[in-house]
Amino acid sequence: MNPAPPGTREPAPATLAHWWGRLRDIQVSGTATVAMLVVVIAVNVALQPNFFDQYALTSNFATFVPLVAIAVGQTIVVLSGGIDLSLGAQVTLASVVTVQLTDGELGNLPLALTAGLGVGVACGLFNGLVVVVARLQPIVATFATSFVFSGLALVVLPRPGGTMPSEFTSGYRDSVLGVPVALLAILAIAAGWLLLRRHRVTRHIYAVGGNAEAAFASLVPVARTRITAYVIAGMFASVSAFAILANTGAGDPFIGNELTLTSVAAVVIGGTALRGGRGGAIGSILGAIILALVSNIVFFADVPSTYRQLANGLVVILALALAGIPALQKRRSA
Amino acid sequence: MNTPVISSLRPPKVLSPVVLAAGLAIALLIVGEIVSPGFAGHGQIVNMLRVSAFLGIIAIGQTIVIISGGEGIDLSVGKVATFAAIIGSRVMDGDNTKLLPALTLALTVAAAIGLCNGLGITYLRIPPFVMTLGMIGVVQGLILAYTSGQAHGRAAPFLTSLVNGKVIFDLPGLLFLWLLLAVAVTWMLRRTTYGWQLFAVGANRVSARLSGIPVRRTVILAYVLSSVFAGLAGILLLGYTESVFLDLADQYMLPSIAAAVIGGTLLAGGIGGYAGTAIGAVVLTVLQSLLITLEISAAGRTVINGLVLIVLLSLYGRQRRLRT
Repeated sequence: MNPAPPGTREPAPATLAHWWGRLRDIQVSGTATVAMLVVVIAVNVALQPNFFDQYALTSNFATFVPLVAIAVGQTIVVLSGGIDLSLGAQVTLASVVTVQLTDGELGNLPLALTAGLGVGVACGLFNGLVVVVARLQPIVATFATSFVFSGLALVVLPRPGGTMPSEFTSGYRDSVLGVPVALLAILAIAAGWLLLRRHRVTRHIYAVGGNAEAAFASLVPVARTRITAYVIAGMFASVSAFAILANTGAGDPFIGNELTLTSVAAVVIGGTALRGGRGGAIGSILGAIILALVSNIVFFADVPSTYRQLANGLVVILALALAGIPALQKRRSA
Repeated sequence: MNTPVISSLRPPKVLSPVVLAAGLAIALLIVGEIVSPGFAGHGQIVNMLRVSAFLGIIAIGQTIVIISGGEGIDLSVGKVATFAAIIGSRVMDGDNTKLLPALTLALTVAAAIGLCNGLGITYLRIPPFVMTLGMIGVVQGLILAYTSGQAHGRAAPFLTSLVNGKVIFDLPGLLFLWLLLAVAVTWMLRRTTYGWQLFAVGANRVSARLSGIPVRRTVILAYVLSSVFAGLAGILLLGYTESVFLDLADQYMLPSIAAAVIGGTLLAGGIGGYAGTAIGAVVLTVLQSLLITLEISAAGRTVINGLVLIVLLSLYGRQRRLRT
């Protein structure tokens, strides 16, 4: 998908020319992703004539933010050569901790958000240590930690409950100069990724994900880089948790569990190789929006409610299958 | 068997995982007996073994899939078991004569799900955990579509008496069935062509293909078997609970992997066996009983299960160092 041959690994984007080249890379690698996005938007518009109304846009973007945030977090871990199956559980844990500490009071919010972010960092650090220091396979290790995190979430908040202050939820559904706050949040996440991309840590993440042994030989701190990737992902999980709380206004000890698969699917649809080292978060952001719009389609296409989940599940599998086909052809020709 | 490739990367083997796991089970029983006298009584042990059987049978398929390598793992076993139980209960509806059609239909559906997993993993090259995680959503959707949110029917009396009733030597028939399956699976893994091909594919796909082994067919069959054993366990679980609910066997997903890992099946593939997994299932069940005896909440048990898997993986699932 990325036109660069496998040997060359992401040099530092320093000059304007580099940036232009990088931009083109994004477009080339993302053609299929953008095509999918156009199709789902077209179908959405056809089914939902008021799709571009202020209200519909605001509520659509409000549901995108959690997916977008978690997809970016997953991308960073995948780029580092790992995978985080506990991200959904981290979202749940961060959200229940935040909602319990806020307790409906606006004054508690700064402390609660800090604690929520701290939960994400702590979970990410725990994952990082388990994967790097204990040297366990990321898939099974993070799968195991997901049970630790979701169990802890149930201890913190045994059943759905708690409230967020109304300023927090209404502010999230507000708009600044006609631009929905939620869209600004997505743009902020994208900007955050673009800034992160320029940082040395991200270059190290690409290097480690591309070839850990070569990176090690080039004096890249492999262990530290891997741990950092999980920690950054944990922070994005916290952001996702805040967006969910702002959107729903209440806590739910099961809210995030379904997000894990969505995050992986968004990464795959966005063109990031699950083997690591190739891709980027912009594609994953589009992938997350595509998946959210697809569930919109399922909702508005009058699919009977008992068939909705089946339709959603099939779409995710089909999207993964489509993303798998180019890889198949590429390896065949090689 | 065929260990030489990877054995050099493993820590020196003092005890085989099977012996270690059996020791762990006995140690847990002794701790339980100390904490709460009567924990290791005859009736209790029989009951724990019976509960282990469901996990043990689901874990048969998980073991086969993990041995097949290529990061093989089947996260959909719990949901498939639930779906099979739901189909089974609706078709048999408390009637012994409908038991066979119910079993056939449930296992056929399970096999079809496994076939989809296998095809997606081999031909579309979707990583196993992504494919089977996605399949959870699809099967959950199928369950909702099939039941409209309300499970119907109940277990046939014969099934219930097989699982709950005493058949021979005052022991439930389920235990004999489990023993039979364990022997059959061990024989299949160790003595049949398919078993040898499975280990070869798990150890090194390239060399397996170059040796003329049908790699894709072997892997697809592994996922089909995994779903079929999960479906069978679901039907047996239906016999235990008599009526079905919509998340009947979902919680078996993590323990099925943990049981295989405890039993010494390497997540890297190509090494392992069923005897260890069966003992692993017993260890996990005894641990659960102990936690329940200690009055630890369901949430706390979930946390402990996750931590136990991490600790066990660190004991023998570790990857190679970068610096060698």
